[in-house]
Amino acid sequence: MKSLAELQALRDQMKDQMGIRHDAKDNIRVVVGMATCGIAAGARPVLQRLTEEVAKRSLQNVTVAQTGCIGICQYEPVVEVFENGKEKVTYVKMTAEKMARVVTDHLVNGNPVVEYTIGAATEAINQ
Amino acid sequence: MQELSLNILDIAENSVAAGATRVVIGIVYTPGPAPLLTITITDDGHGMDEDTVRRVADPFYTTRTTRKVGMGTALFKQAAELTGGSFSVQSRLGIGTVVTAALHPDHLDAVPLGDVAATYAALVQTSPEMEFVLRVCRKGEDPQEFVADTAQFREILQGVPLNSAPVVQFISDYVRENLAQTLGEDLFL
Repeated sequence: MKSLAELQALRDQMKDQMGIRHDAKDNIRVVVGMATCGIAAGARPVLQRLTEEVAKRSLQNVTVAQTGCIGICQYEPVVEVFENGKEKVTYVKMTAEKMARVVTDHLVNGNPVVEYTIGAATEAINQ
Repeated sequence: MQELSLNILDIAENSVAAGATRVVIGIVYTPGPAPLLTITITDDGHGMDEDTVRRVADPFYTTRTTRKVGMGTALFKQAAELTGGSFSVQSRLGIGTVVTAALHPDHLDAVPLGDVAATYAALVQTSPEMEFVLRVCRKGEDPQEFVADTAQFREILQGVPLNSAPVVQFISDYVRENLAQTLGEDLFL
């Protein structure tokens, strides 16, 4: 069973890594909607997968935050990605699997997954 | 909500929105012929006046501006009452709020407790400046208790961010394993 001694070991390991500073302008902020609508639609497993992928790839420039209801409950779980100098990207109807792809394609390689965005979702409805 | 742990996450997010600095989540399981599961969420947020407390479980009352409905508290109340349990909200302006749900987990309509560790980790990760305490007890012949406290994690971490992904993952696994040990592995998970 996991003990707090393991947290100490993790701390020491991370303190060594913290010496390597990344450029602040590379920071990516990922915001997950965590109001009742988001939670009921499955925001927590999306957040869980995001954390797993970020940890697995040691992405130190990604910070994760939450927001309340932004008024598009029918599109929850909603994940917004903010990058310096770029337009915000809003992903809708997210799942853990979609999140994993957003991490590799968008957060790591810089290519937003257009088909998961709110633009693609509303276009599909209008057609 | 498919799991009570999602209700807990939802209610605790209300504490975050209420400007709380410390939230205590209590889960007490009393086994026996009529088992009881009591869940409390206690915060030191800005609290509510009597009139608001009275309306808080009404799905057509909300403080938010994007929608005219607020389902969160109503859903938690329903989850408790469907099992023949009870639900209450106590609050004082400027002091804080306590939400209590008592459920009968053996009832046919009982929702499973679910992944409380994921809920705790989600709260710690998205509001790392706050203190979150999770206190889980199993009563009865062989009483067990487990407490997870961000203040304790912070002390160990010595400046390593509480919300960094590897730390959040550790906290999630650590809480999940200890919780299963305390409550009994296959009971609610």
